[in-house]
Amino acid sequence: MRKLASVLGAAALGVALSAAASAQEQIRIVMVTHGQAASGFWSVAKKGADDADADLADTVVEYRSPETFDMVTMAQLIEAAVASKPDGLAVSIPDADALGAAIKGAVAAGIPVVSLNSGSDVARDLGVMVHVGQTEFEAGEGGGEKMKALGVTKAACLNQEVGNVALDLRCEGFEKGLGVKPDIIATSIDPTEVKNAVTAYLTKNPDAQAIFILGSDPAMPAVEAVEGMGLIGKVKLATFDLSEGILEAVRDGKMEFAIDQQQYLQGYLPVVLLRLYKKFGLMPGADVLTGPGFVTKDNAADVIAWSAAGYR
Amino acid sequence: MASVTANRVDERLQQAPLLTRLLSRPELGAIAGTVLVFAFFAVVAGGSGMFSLKGVITFLEVSAQLGILAVFASLLMIAGEFDLSVGSMIGFAGVAIAIPVTLYGWPVWTAVLFAFGVAVLVGYVNGYITVKTGLPSFIVTLAGLFVLRGLTIGLTRLLTGRTQIPGIHKFSEGDWLAPLFGSDAFKGLFVWLAARGWIDTLPNGAPAVPGIPVSILWWLGLTAVATWVLLRTRFGNWIFACGGDKNAARNVGVPVDRVKIILFIGTACAAALFAAIQVLKFGSADTQRGLLKEFEAIIAVVIGGTLLTGGYGSAIGPAFGALIFGTVQMGIFYTGVDTDWFKVFVGVMVLVAVIFNNYIRKRMTEAR
Repeated sequence: MRKLASVLGAAALGVALSAAASAQEQIRIVMVTHGQAASGFWSVAKKGADDADADLADTVVEYRSPETFDMVTMAQLIEAAVASKPDGLAVSIPDADALGAAIKGAVAAGIPVVSLNSGSDVARDLGVMVHVGQTEFEAGEGGGEKMKALGVTKAACLNQEVGNVALDLRCEGFEKGLGVKPDIIATSIDPTEVKNAVTAYLTKNPDAQAIFILGSDPAMPAVEAVEGMGLIGKVKLATFDLSEGILEAVRDGKMEFAIDQQQYLQGYLPVVLLRLYKKFGLMPGADVLTGPGFVTKDNAADVIAWSAAGYR
Repeated sequence: MASVTANRVDERLQQAPLLTRLLSRPELGAIAGTVLVFAFFAVVAGGSGMFSLKGVITFLEVSAQLGILAVFASLLMIAGEFDLSVGSMIGFAGVAIAIPVTLYGWPVWTAVLFAFGVAVLVGYVNGYITVKTGLPSFIVTLAGLFVLRGLTIGLTRLLTGRTQIPGIHKFSEGDWLAPLFGSDAFKGLFVWLAARGWIDTLPNGAPAVPGIPVSILWWLGLTAVATWVLLRTRFGNWIFACGGDKNAARNVGVPVDRVKIILFIGTACAAALFAAIQVLKFGSADTQRGLLKEFEAIIAVVIGGTLLTGGYGSAIGPAFGALIFGTVQMGIFYTGVDTDWFKVFVGVMVLVAVIFNNYIRKRMTEAR
């Protein structure tokens, strides 16, 4: 009897769910990213997708991501998305080898695909219509130009993941923007190591005027190192990506600026683009750059509020 | 008097009725659970594409990869031991294939054999330490879980300076061994079926799926072989004996240590097979591959009716356990539930399946 009840319960739940899923002729967009649920960066992007779902009455967004950084599971999620025949598919492409076949499969099945966050270099080859994200080289270049405007002539890139191509691109862009070849401080993300490496570099190179930090993890230890040597203001600091500590450091003038790739847009815009493509066949002719957005002393206070609300 | 006993067959030799025998099999609960899960998704996600050709192949492939691990994990668990290092072994075997190929230019087939060689060694060490120290294999292989994952990250970063090794496809093309792991079977058949319109096609007329991923064939084949070994060979009897009562088994001459070490080698090789399939199919290896797979394998085995305490179980049960897990994992996608809730959903489904399976088994074994 109890068994019967549970079966009936499951069936009733099923009917309710399927009724909810196919209420009207809605535009159904599936977004598959590599962002793990616990990532602070990605929860902002997911909020963008969720808000697009809420803002657009005729559009349903389903957001999917693997529980761990697992490209195989992600490829399988994309395969499943293709099998469910959505009106549009948005994917991030951190590993074109592992995900390429699944994405090409989606394109072959006639599903419009937009990529977001990572994959700007491979998107076109895979048949993706447009990429929404930050191009690393241009973001670095923007940072370099800003540093140049501050009068910097000798600087270093702080690279916390040697071999990560994206970080190399950021530093190469920085070199182009600055017009001078920067030194490279290679570390891990271990805060003690970062702090000591920065201290050692500044001791050895007293003429260094700026450190360009290539990710948010080593940013605060670098600030501590510079602060510990009493060089705040003399050695200008800037970083990629945001965190609470970084924003406060920018607000307090310990850092010049932080480069924000505005990942909320990376969650929101693909939904809008795919919806408009489905409705009217519209699609931008070039990739959509969501960054670099610069957080400086002027807007840091606002950004702190938006960050707390989950938009930055 | 004498004539009466002569007519009666000894009860140990008596054949129970077929139905009773079927109902007392360990995998029965898992089969019933599978039916329940399929019924659930047929109702919830029937029209969503889950049961289209592509959808079916997708969840079968996920099930197959887990099933390969689960079959060997089940044999080991029947013998009374666990292997928690399989997830890390997947990552380790993956880079053991990828690094020699991309960095040192080895032919792919030698790298695959090398990875299997490493797996045999790891399995042997796990087994040897477990049987020689008498420590619980849970602890020994938990250590293995950390050591192997650490070695994977450490060696990969040391040798390549990164944690992801892409670009294996261009080396594996034309390799004679690679298609055994990373290809699709029956491609011609699928094209033929598609041309006749008997299966789903893409807009350009090609079949919606290129063929049956070989991992599915490995899964079915290994399940069949393991079932045969368990039920029809002396080694199979030894496995049950090891898990039932180690000392009694030893006293009647079962080489308990050897059996266990062989089964540890089996789980490690299953992990290497899993790694080879993923690396050659997806063309890249990374150090995070296989995370948490050890627990998924144990879940599949337990759903499949194998007892955690050993001595009772089957090889078919875990295949259905893996099918349930894979179906739920992919199926939740089609229900439209937010992935934030995925783990809750999987956990509850697994618990329901196990309770259901236990209940069925109890009823059936009592009814006998």
